[in-house]
Formats: sequence, structure tokens, C-alpha cells
Amino acid sequence: MSKQKLVMVGNGMAGIRTIEELLKIAPDQYEITVFGAEPHPNYNRILLSPVLAGEMTVQEIILNDLDWYKSNGIKLHLGKKVDKIDRVKRQVIADDGTVESYDRILLATGSNPFVLPIPGNDLPGVIGYRDIKDTDDMIEAAKHHHHAVVIGGGLLGLEAANGLKLRGMDVTVVHLGPWLLERQLDENAGRMLQKSLEDRGLKFLLEKQTEALIAGESGRVAAVRFKDGMQIPAELVVMAVGIRPNSALAEASGIYCNRGVVVNDTMQTYDPKIYAVGECVNHRGTAYGLVAPLFEQAKVCANHLGNFGIGRYTGSVTSTKLKVTGIDLFSAGNFMGGPGTDEIVFNDAAGGVYKKLVIKDNRLVGGVLYGDTADGSWYFQLLRDGKDISDVRDHLLFGQSAISTGAGHQGQNKAAMMADSAEVCGCNGVTKGVIVRAIKENGLFTLDDVKKHTKAASSCGSCSGLVEQILASTIGGAYTPAASAKKPVCGCTDHSHDDVRKAIREQHLKSIPETMAFLEWKSPNGCEKCRPALNYYLISTWPHEAKDDPQSRFINERAHANIQKDGSYSVVPQILGGVTSVEQLRRIADVAEKYQVPTIKVTGGQRIDLLGVKKEDLPKMWADLGMPSGHAYGKSIRTVKTCVGSEHCRFGTQRSMEMGIKLEKMFFGMWSPHKVKLAVSGCPRNCAESGIKDVGVIGVDSGYELYIGGNGGIKTEVAQFLAKVQTDEEVMEYSAAFIQLYREEAHYLDRTCHYMERVGLDYIKNRIVEDADNRKALYARLLDALKDVKDPWAERVAAADKHEFEKLEV
Amino acid sequence: MSDWKKVCQLDDIPRLGSRVVKHQDDDGGVVEIAIFRTQGEVFALRDKCPHKGGPLSQGIVHGKQVTCPLHNWKLYLETGEAVAPDVGCARRYPVKVDAGVVFLQV
Repeated sequence: MSKQKLVMVGNGMAGIRTIEELLKIAPDQYEITVFGAEPHPNYNRILLSPVLAGEMTVQEIILNDLDWYKSNGIKLHLGKKVDKIDRVKRQVIADDGTVESYDRILLATGSNPFVLPIPGNDLPGVIGYRDIKDTDDMIEAAKHHHHAVVIGGGLLGLEAANGLKLRGMDVTVVHLGPWLLERQLDENAGRMLQKSLEDRGLKFLLEKQTEALIAGESGRVAAVRFKDGMQIPAELVVMAVGIRPNSALAEASGIYCNRGVVVNDTMQTYDPKIYAVGECVNHRGTAYGLVAPLFEQAKVCANHLGNFGIGRYTGSVTSTKLKVTGIDLFSAGNFMGGPGTDEIVFNDAAGGVYKKLVIKDNRLVGGVLYGDTADGSWYFQLLRDGKDISDVRDHLLFGQSAISTGAGHQGQNKAAMMADSAEVCGCNGVTKGVIVRAIKENGLFTLDDVKKHTKAASSCGSCSGLVEQILASTIGGAYTPAASAKKPVCGCTDHSHDDVRKAIREQHLKSIPETMAFLEWKSPNGCEKCRPALNYYLISTWPHEAKDDPQSRFINERAHANIQKDGSYSVVPQILGGVTSVEQLRRIADVAEKYQVPTIKVTGGQRIDLLGVKKEDLPKMWADLGMPSGHAYGKSIRTVKTCVGSEHCRFGTQRSMEMGIKLEKMFFGMWSPHKVKLAVSGCPRNCAESGIKDVGVIGVDSGYELYIGGNGGIKTEVAQFLAKVQTDEEVMEYSAAFIQLYREEAHYLDRTCHYMERVGLDYIKNRIVEDADNRKALYARLLDALKDVKDPWAERVAAADKHEFEKLEV
Repeated sequence: MSDWKKVCQLDDIPRLGSRVVKHQDDDGGVVEIAIFRTQGEVFALRDKCPHKGGPLSQGIVHGKQVTCPLHNWKLYLETGEAVAPDVGCARRYPVKVDAGVVFLQV
């Protein structure tokens, strides 16, 4: 079958991003041709300001070099402007006569700077600020001339003014509005910004209307005159009063336009063969000028071009950062407030810090940060997620680190203030400098990109928040975190964890291939991230019905032992509640001796770990041990740690060892979204450390206190009080009910503390403490899921999965 | 050049899984080779990740790639090359299936 022809007009960031997304999902569908009016391959337009300021070079901001086009089989026409689309013959015609026929067109013609309709606007020395050529012209002008006037005190205008100042010019910014950046800042923040820019030597004329640009003797612009008669010298005038969607080609071709090419939610224009993305587009009445929404459009558009037919673009909430080195400024959403909104304000004029958060119906709807923007991306995430902030309202203004519920160590460090040599990712030893360089050199925009290129945040993931902050402060407005509720499971799908669980439940999906087919997975059989998640969701939703797929499990869960750095394994037999016996110890000692185990270690979970075992020895060792698996290797129940309790301790109030053993027996063989650890202490001295366990039980004289969601791992998370109960049976019921709720609702690889952070303690109390029927039903479902559970070691001693442990020879 | 040696039945290798084959070469050294079975094909690589020597045979097989169990490097089964941006290569061995029997050239 011959390929369809896709012609893209416009070679900028939105268009090329669409092509990249399309190549990912439908690499062979189209023969692609690209027209670019500029003589450059796709570059990062957002970074023109650092180029102007002399902080980066043009080479450094190229996103896709010519080799990229070649290796993806894309035909590229550079420096050719398309001036006609013949929709009858289905041809695109460029100004040099080049003709390309098409099956589909992607319009990505971007925008033009708006030029004030005043006398002298076409004089030499008057330029808009849009592309590499404009930037080069400004750099050139700065070498020969002294006075620059920037008309427009918006983001682009200020970045241009800052750049020209750094290049040695005397710069005046002229602005019609009452304060700078009035579309992004309130008056207070606008004044603070003005002051700090004035300190750098920039001059400002506010509420000034430009009347005319006046030529000098050479014919070049020489002065700017205002309506009030005032006149100032200017050999360079930069117009930065806004952009207009460039829809000239679409209009000339008879495609419906209204302040931009009008598209529907699938990015299709009124001609079904023609799609449009980027700044040239009018979507639901809005033309976006920031890059983050354009990337969202690109994703949707590629999906439809690739004939997948899912995904709609429904508009974006945008956030802004100014890329002037040394000035931290962030704004998002409805930052001005209005009827029905409350404002929380922090104003330290002398210290140069101003924060305003706008709240409506207990949700963050907007904000402005000046001077300290470290929490900008966190606020923006709260805003996009529409999260109820009533619990944290007291501390909201002080940022994420002031709120103790945040799991992981994100937010404790301030990305912008960190030194380049500071380590961000402790697992892989990645410094801030390495991350920033990778972002700039490789044109990275997402957390996933950074993970792939630098390995930061790709192991334990606790620095993800920090990496996101670094991304945000490096690329500014181009960075938009995905709303967390909608984060896809992995690159193989656009569906979130919740979507997948819902589909499995409602559609009675029983296998991985069935689930992937129903949800239109983009890869033939998933990847190492999604397959284990799917396998868990299937077996936890349909116990006894869905069949476990060993090939979709990480090796530890397949081999029922823990792989070590040299490829050997470790063996941890079950020691219920940490209570052992002479007989058990003797067996362990005998086995360790027989198999020459190099290291014997007591674990944190009160068991004995035999390290350095060859894989082929595992079944023989298990047979000789005659003890069940301790599940020390899985996303599963691990141990129940206990203190000696009232059996021996002079302070003990409850029989903690016995209680712990009962719990560990109940949970035996349980798979879960992540590991699950319990502890039982016999009195509030809490020697078993119940305060940092997924379920912590503390005996008191009148019964037991139950705590949930504790974690002693990456970030110490103190368990929260769930309920006080009287009897052992109640401890079992409440613990089982909570863990079953977590098993049914948590996302794969979320610990209980992450799950609780998402749903809130109140919700869990509602479902478990207040609703006794629901608690009993959850308890019953856990017991049902674990009935007939077999010891995996005994099964393998009896020859199950033999191929896993035997090597072949040739 | 070395000969095709019979290894096992195709069904001895789990689909989307692997087996380890020990081979003693002429100098008496032992190499371990991982034979992978994807949805429809069979590949063989030296069982040693170019990153830190992890046993590739123990990884999860997806598409025509395997993910090393130690630090999640991904390798193309067809070439042994690491998936970008990682750089490295595991040695490839010719392997074929004939009438349900797997042969390896060593």
C-alpha cells in the first residue's frame, strides 16, 4: 500500500512536535513533507531571549538538526514560503514554484508580531521580535547604536529589553498599561519587578501612547514621539506589543478563520483534510502564545492524524515565568481574584518577596509569585488538579515543604537556588548542572525526557519534584506538568492508572493481551513498566479468575528471591513475627553451611537473610530449609515486626508477638501495589517502630491503637491514627480492610503513604471506621483473595517453573 | 567457523521470556548466553549487560527489547545495542528455529 502524503506548512515547535508524536504512534503511515519559511531547522523559539542576552548561541537552541529530518525520511523545503493551497487539486504551492500534492495538510504557520499602525513603522531599525533573524538584527544594532526603545512591557518586551541592555545599549521600555506585565501580574508584583529592572539600568515610561516613529538623516529611525508630545532618541525600536495568529495562508485558501485558523477539539479545521496546531490556531476562541498548550495540541492532533481517533484538546490553563536571569517571577490562572474569591498574601517589599494565592471554593485558582518561585510548579499542579486545599490552607503560602503530607523529598530544596554542583538525584549521582545542560543541549521538555537522558529521578523517583522544578526554572513557560490524576501509566498508553483499573473492573478483562487490546495499547506487548502494573491489577481485581503472568513480573517475583548486583540471589525464610526457634536456626545454619553462603545478615524486618546464592541452587536450598518463603522480594506483604510485649516485658500491656504472628499468617502470600510492612508494639514505648509502618499497631492497656500510612523509606513518613480497637479480631479486621482498600484503589508502585496523600485520611476513615458494613466486606474480600494461597517455595520444590532455575548447555 | 548446535525445544523457552545457555569455548572459558523468545522470534545475546554486567536473561522482554533487571537499561534484541540515550552493546549470537528446535551458532 502506498503511503498517504502529509504536508506540513510551518517548521516551528508546535508543528515538529506534532510530527514527532505522529512518528511515535504511526511511523509508517505518511510520506511527510515540511515547508519552513526560515532558513533554519526547528529551533527552540523560547530560548531566543537567552541568545539575545548572550547566554546561549543559536547552535545551542536547535531542537531538530537536519540529520533528524533525513533519518526520519522527511522531505524538507527550507526558506520557502507557501503562498497557496489548491484544495481542488490538493496541492500546496510555494513562492518559488515548488508544488507538493497532499492527502492531509498540517498548518503550523505560527504568529506574527503585531506592528503598531503608526507613521514610521516601516523605517529601517524598526523590528518585531519573533525569529532568529530579528535576534541577529538586534545583536547587530547593539554593536553600532546606542539608544533602544522597546514598545510593550509584556514578557517578550522585557526579555528583549534585558538582552539589549546586557549588550550595552541604553534601553527604555514604553508601555501603555499602568504597570508591567499586567496580563501576568497584579500591580504589586508589577511594581516590584519594575524596581528591580530599574536597578539593572533599564528605564520605563508607563501609560505612554506612541504616536510616531521619526526618521533621522540617514533614513534610519532616530526617535520615538508620544501622544503627549514627549520625544526620546531611538536608533533601534523593537515592537513587542503582542502577536497575531498568522492565518493568511488559510484565509487565502478559503478556510474559515476568525482571529486565527478555527479548529475543533481534534485540531481539525473546517476542511476535514486540513489540521492546524500552534499559535496560528483559534481554539474555542483562544489563541495560545505559550508553548505548553501547543504541545498538548500537538499530542491530540498527532493522535487523530495517526487514525487513532481518541483524545480531545479542551483548552489549557497556562502559567508564566519570565526568563530574565536573576529575576524570579511566576504567575498562573486567575491571579487578580474577583467576586467569590479569597486572597492569601505575603508581602515583603524590602526583602523583594511577594506571594499572592487566589482561592475559590477551597481550591487554588490563581497566583503570583515574585522573588521566590520555588513552589511555582507545585502551586500550578494544585491548580490544574483542582485539589481541595482546605486541609493545608494554613500553610499553603509557605510552600510544599511546610506541608508535612508531601511524600518524598521534593520541595525541600529550592531548585533555582541550588548550585550547579549540588546533587539532585542521590541514586544515580546526577547534579543540577548535568540536568540543566541536558535540558538545554537536547531540548528536553518533560520529566520523562530528563529521566531518559540523565537518569535523574529514574530509580527511586523521590527527586522527581525537584527535577520538575529545575525543568520549570530552566525552560520557563514551556514546562507544564501533566495533571497528576491523568498521568499515563507509561509511554505505551495514554490511559491513566485509574482508567486501566476501571476498564479491568467494568469490562471483566482477565488477561494482559485482552486489556491491551481493549484500551488500544500503542506497543505490541507493553514494556517493563506497564506489564507488571497490568498483571497486578488483573490478579487483584479478579483473584482466582485472572491467571498470573510470570513473564510480566520483575525477576524477584518470578524467582521468589532477591537479585543482587552480581546476579546472585538472596534467600529470606519466613520467621513469623520475628520469633524463631532452635530448630529453625539450626536448619538455617545447616543450609548456609551446605551451600557455602558467603553472607548471613539479620534484616530490618527481624529475619535472617542468606546472601550470595546461585539461582540454580535456590530450589534445592528451599527444599533443605523446609521453611516457607518470607516474601522478602516482592510488591507484597513483607513482615510483621514485633517487640516482646507483655509475654516478657515489664512494661508490656498486650501480647504483641502473638498479635504479630496472627497478622503475618493472615497476610501470607498477599500481592499488593508496593511492599507492605506491619509492626506490633506492646506498649506506647513502641519498640517495634509502629509509627513508620504501613499498618502500625500499638498496644495500650485498654486495647490497641491502629496507625496507617507510615513509611521508613525514602522520606520518613509518620503513620496517622486510624482507630482505637479492643480485641485481636478487630485488629485483624481493621488492618485487613485498610490493606484491601489500598490493594483495590492504589496505583501500582504507590506505597500506602502515597495512596493516602492522594485520597486523604478522612476518606479512609469514612470507608473503614465509620462504615462497618464496608469494612467487613473489605475484610471478607481480602480473606477470599488469600484463601488456598500456596507457599511459592514449596511449589517450586515440587518442580513448578523448573525452566526458571535450570540452565541449558551447548 | 563454528557450527549450529542444538539447544532445546522452542517451547522450553517461555514466550516473552528467556533461558540461559552455558557454553564452554575452545580455551575452556565458560560464557553464558541468553536466548530470548519474543512474540514470534528468537534472539541470542551474551548474558551480560554492557552497563554493569547484569544478567540480561533475568529481564523483562517486551517488543524486541529486554530491560536489564539491575538498572533498567534497555537493549535491542536484534542488535544487542542499548536503546538511546544509553550507549553500549552486548555480543550477539546467531540463532535459528528449525521444526520447533532452537539452534545456536557458537
